[in-house]
Amino acid sequence: MLELKNISYSAEGKEGILKNISLSIADNEFVVITGPNGGGKSTLAKMIAGIISPKSGQILLDGQDITTLSITQRAKAGISFAFQQPVRFKGVTVHDLISLASGKDLSTAAACQYLSEVGLCARDYIDREVNASLSGGELKRIEIATVLARKTKVSLFDEPEAGIDLWSFKNLINVFEKMHQEIQGSIVIISHQERILNIADKIIVISNGEITKQGTKQQVLQSLLCQTEGCRFMKEEE
Amino acid sequence: MDTILKSLLEQVADLHDIPVGAYNIRNNGQSEGRNSTASIQIVPKTDGKSGIDIIVKENTKNESVHIPAIITQAGVNDLVYNDFYIGENADIVIVAGCGVHNNGTEASIHEGIHRFFLSKNAKVKYIEKHVGEGEGTGERIINPQTHIEAGENSYMEMDTVQLKGVDSTNRISSAKLADGATLVIKEKIMTHGKQTAETSFEVELDGKGSSANLISRSVAKDNSKQVFRSIINGNEQCYGHSECDAIIMDKGIVAAIPEITANHLDATLIHEAAIGKIAGDQLTKLMTLGLTEKEAEQQIINGFLK
Repeated sequence: MLELKNISYSAEGKEGILKNISLSIADNEFVVITGPNGGGKSTLAKMIAGIISPKSGQILLDGQDITTLSITQRAKAGISFAFQQPVRFKGVTVHDLISLASGKDLSTAAACQYLSEVGLCARDYIDREVNASLSGGELKRIEIATVLARKTKVSLFDEPEAGIDLWSFKNLINVFEKMHQEIQGSIVIISHQERILNIADKIIVISNGEITKQGTKQQVLQSLLCQTEGCRFMKEEE
Repeated sequence: MDTILKSLLEQVADLHDIPVGAYNIRNNGQSEGRNSTASIQIVPKTDGKSGIDIIVKENTKNESVHIPAIITQAGVNDLVYNDFYIGENADIVIVAGCGVHNNGTEASIHEGIHRFFLSKNAKVKYIEKHVGEGEGTGERIINPQTHIEAGENSYMEMDTVQLKGVDSTNRISSAKLADGATLVIKEKIMTHGKQTAETSFEVELDGKGSSANLISRSVAKDNSKQVFRSIINGNEQCYGHSECDAIIMDKGIVAAIPEITANHLDATLIHEAAIGKIAGDQLTKLMTLGLTEKEAEQQIINGFLK
């Protein structure tokens, strides 16, 4: 169980990026965090991974306070994080990166397994460098594969659909569904995609640094759709 | 062979024993062993200079030449001239490399001046590793020179690596390429402490359809200093590319001084240089996989210099 208690964060020149956020994510729960750009979603994910420290509040993993743990310590405690913008490395191969993620020397066959899961033809990629020769979509899928290889208690994905073409998108949904069935852990995805929202157990809407709504998709999706321009227009008509 | 010699031979030339094929092992300025084959002749110089001529017969395929040079004494100043004559259509691997073990207080210096003459269609892969070791305060200095004359449609690839222990190095390489000739140089350097490394390349793309690709990757740690100079002159319809990629750490300093000159309308020349510390997001990513900051740094450098 991952719990956030009264988390607040502000940066120089920008107050109230996160305001007193409290939430809990149960074991095996599939949660999608959504909301407008600039609302604080990515900040929250980075905070769970330990990349950013909160100004106040507490983060608990299975009851243990991890607020002051470093990125490395949190990774070892069971938190994985797929970056919104994957990092490039000159000279580090896809095989190296997946091996590092899994924490052991993976055989080519084992590493290829993870690549196939994210829809990459493994043989073509396994020995390639994770550098600028890979497209944004390819990097994104490799990034997801690194998280799959870790098999941790908590897996965070920051906008995994960004840069992924429509054909692959269906596979991506399958990846998350399969992951949800197989690992006994929590999955947290930041996403704007309705099809990802559709497979969530719980949806949390973050806007302007605050949780404005949370609940099942039935509870949340309805109200989300009503906040669109169209609804407002209708109101004005009345 | 003693253990120091053995260990250095292993490090610079991947040799675990006396190599098969043609070889010359130079130890403290003297030949420790030499072997020619039916297609590769190794003969000592007769003009008074110290060194050897390596003559590879035309059409020689799948053979290798090992010519490591080792220095295990302090205060040695070893200057050697080695010339390689590669016959038409030959396709061979040459493994050079130099190891300096200095336990004394005086400097040990190895200066290897290598000239390559590639005939038409000849193909050479030249591998050169430089290593310094030993407990002494005497400096370990290696100054290699490589001068290449690449004949019509010949191909030369040079892989040069210096990862530890060499206090000072000044590496000078030059090449002249004829029609259709190709040159690829891959250099990897890591410096520590107060080491200095200077590299200069000067390439004349004289031939129509000739091409050169110079790739340097380096890491400068502690208070070490590196200078990378590259000059490419495109004198015909040709392609030239040089790339200097460096990571600086601690108080390391790297300078890249490229010069490309197109003396012909159809010359295409490119230079790229990037110097900087390890990107923060690279460290962060590896830390989210459970590596410590030090381990992440190590992984990034290992990959970069692989």
